[in-house]
Amino acid sequence: MEFYRTHVLVCAGTGCTSMDSRLLRQNLYEEIIKRGLEKEVKVIETGCFGFCNLGPIMVVYPEGTFYCQVKPQDAAQIVEEHFIKGRPVERLLYQHEKETTDVVEMENIEFFKHQKRVALHNCGLIDPENIEEYIAQDGYFALAHCLKDLTPLEVIDIIKKSGLRGRGGGGFPTGTKWEFAYKSKDDQKYVVCNADEGDPGAFMDRSILEGDPHGILEAMAIAGYAIGANQGYIYVRAEYPIAVERLKHAIKQAREYGLLGDHIFGTDFCFNIDIRLGAGAFVCGEETALLASTEGRRGEPRPRPPFPAVKGLFDKPTIINNVETFANVTKIIRNGWEWFASMGTEKSKGTKVFALAGKINNIGLIEIPMGTTLRTIIYDIGGGIPKGKKFKAAQTGGPSGGCLTEAHLDIPIDYDNLTAAGSMMGSGGLIVMDEDNCMVDIARFFLEFTQEESCGKCPPCRIGTKRMLEILDKITTGKGTPEDLDNLETLATTIKSASLCALGQTAPNPVLSTIKHFRKEYEAHIYDKKCPARVCQALLSYKIDPQKCKGCGLCARYCPAEAITGKIKEPFTIDVEKCIKCGDCITRCKFGAISKE
Amino acid sequence: MSCQCGSACKDERFVKIDQILDQNGRDESMLIQNLEQIQHFLGFLPEDVQAYLAEAMGIPLSKIYGVVTFYSLFTTEPIGKYKISICLGTACYVKGAGEIVAEFEKQLKIKVGQTTPDGRFTLAGCRCLGACGLAPVLNVNGKVFGRLTTDDVAGILAQFE
Repeated sequence: MEFYRTHVLVCAGTGCTSMDSRLLRQNLYEEIIKRGLEKEVKVIETGCFGFCNLGPIMVVYPEGTFYCQVKPQDAAQIVEEHFIKGRPVERLLYQHEKETTDVVEMENIEFFKHQKRVALHNCGLIDPENIEEYIAQDGYFALAHCLKDLTPLEVIDIIKKSGLRGRGGGGFPTGTKWEFAYKSKDDQKYVVCNADEGDPGAFMDRSILEGDPHGILEAMAIAGYAIGANQGYIYVRAEYPIAVERLKHAIKQAREYGLLGDHIFGTDFCFNIDIRLGAGAFVCGEETALLASTEGRRGEPRPRPPFPAVKGLFDKPTIINNVETFANVTKIIRNGWEWFASMGTEKSKGTKVFALAGKINNIGLIEIPMGTTLRTIIYDIGGGIPKGKKFKAAQTGGPSGGCLTEAHLDIPIDYDNLTAAGSMMGSGGLIVMDEDNCMVDIARFFLEFTQEESCGKCPPCRIGTKRMLEILDKITTGKGTPEDLDNLETLATTIKSASLCALGQTAPNPVLSTIKHFRKEYEAHIYDKKCPARVCQALLSYKIDPQKCKGCGLCARYCPAEAITGKIKEPFTIDVEKCIKCGDCITRCKFGAISKE
Repeated sequence: MSCQCGSACKDERFVKIDQILDQNGRDESMLIQNLEQIQHFLGFLPEDVQAYLAEAMGIPLSKIYGVVTFYSLFTTEPIGKYKISICLGTACYVKGAGEIVAEFEKQLKIKVGQTTPDGRFTLAGCRCLGACGLAPVLNVNGKVFGRLTTDDVAGILAQFE
């Protein structure tokens, strides 16, 4: 094995890759070779560090120097200053607005300080394309331990005692699910990994697959041993090309090392994994739809029971677990269930990964112990709301969830508390909204999404969500009537109770939750025909400030509705009856004289 | 409809399809993978390709058509030289992706899902690209543009003229 004095870890996740991190790595390689340092400094591509807002991210070990927003052209200076002269390049260090000095080490950054990385442990630490780096982090030791020292029932017992619950949204106890499949007697069983991350705004599963693919393969093999399966499938979105490539590469490597395939570790246990691509259908996150799609069919769900643990893929007993759930399994086996159960709240153990996005300063991927408050997430880890705006709501659970308001800032986040607050854990998308976001519009956005993604099999979801969307369209275009709110609530209740699968059963949640917490905003749209957040175009009226207007007439020349009139060098006016609210005049005006309200 | 000439000639598209099938296998569970690779090669999935695939895989055409129309990744229409995919995930939406879409629609004079008459641009909304740190974000044939404002639209289009 070769030794290097310096290791340079460059993020190769999707966020940083979008910001030219690939070119940065290329430039670093070239500069290092140019200066003859290739035997001293090693550049490693890693998975996501999580701090996507400041990408491309790069960390230099052994010092742990954290560089952010590094551009490809910075490579020469970093090599010259840091790797040769030993001085960090100060202008590229992370600077916290509250602190006067630059922060050098990663662990002292506020964004990382409150986190506990369990599922994400290897992301940003190892080269995901090198199986030896994974093994050096005790990789595949958990599998060896299970195969050599534990019976399948003992493995299931450890997972049950750890209190691990499904991280894909439902929160079903993982050990119990495995036990059901174990008890189903059949000569063929399957393990399926659900990597069809459909929640718009959630990207934790992708980051785990990109940053630590072997962790998922190992956990799937452990699950296979526990339930008695010899074949696994990973159902992953085709929209995640980097993740798919890394998985293919990892499977190939694991086979070469004898860690997948026949007689693993010299035992009788055989296990193989294949990849199946999702082709862009949100409903395929639902387990029975996912199974149909894995079999090559339209991803339509079917009624349960029979549950997949009894009759799943190709009608054989199957367990389906989410990526993040699997990512916890190897750590539980290695560190013991007591360790895992010591984190979190009474009924929600361990940690949860959230994709923090929206109107928040530190956008990225975070992992926190269950029970952390929303306030810590938003103000400590997230660094608060940009431009000093006021926090309005945070949406969890994506299109199936609901919003949390200021009143929920201090409740400990876990499965049960979120459900009690009218939202849900979901897969972990956490979108922050500020005072400039209209909650009626957000509800309409989510419903438009679920309506489009409804597979069409059952009428409550297919027709009901369409009717709800029509009502919301009415409200946001100023045609709302007083009975609309009641109609929305009635429809929502029916759709929730009568739909076939979780997509329909949860589709009305964003509407119900925004009506509950922001009823006044709905009423302002319906009764006053006003959008308080000034988002809904049709409800805005445009006005020219006579003090600021110089009478140049530019706006009138471009107005497609001829709604603006006036004399040159005198203030112009807008005829609100004629105005089609296209907003063109605002962009044309050089004096900022036109406003909307 | 497959090739009707009846002679030994074989549409080169079908030769490529055979290669893909040989590599992936003809099992029904490989249908989505096969369609994905064929679309990657051809750009879209016209009816004669679906018919050829139906015969080659031994699956009814109705079933293949059902799968093609179910998944948003597949298209039966040719797309433009440049495909502008605007992320319509929640993070992008709350940061104003809707306004970006409106600006593209205005400048290209087409709606989302349509292609310009000269075949240059296809405007598409897409599901979360997972680059929420760059929101609002879009992707033109694999090249990512982030932290967009409506002022950036003309400049992006100009790069692909």
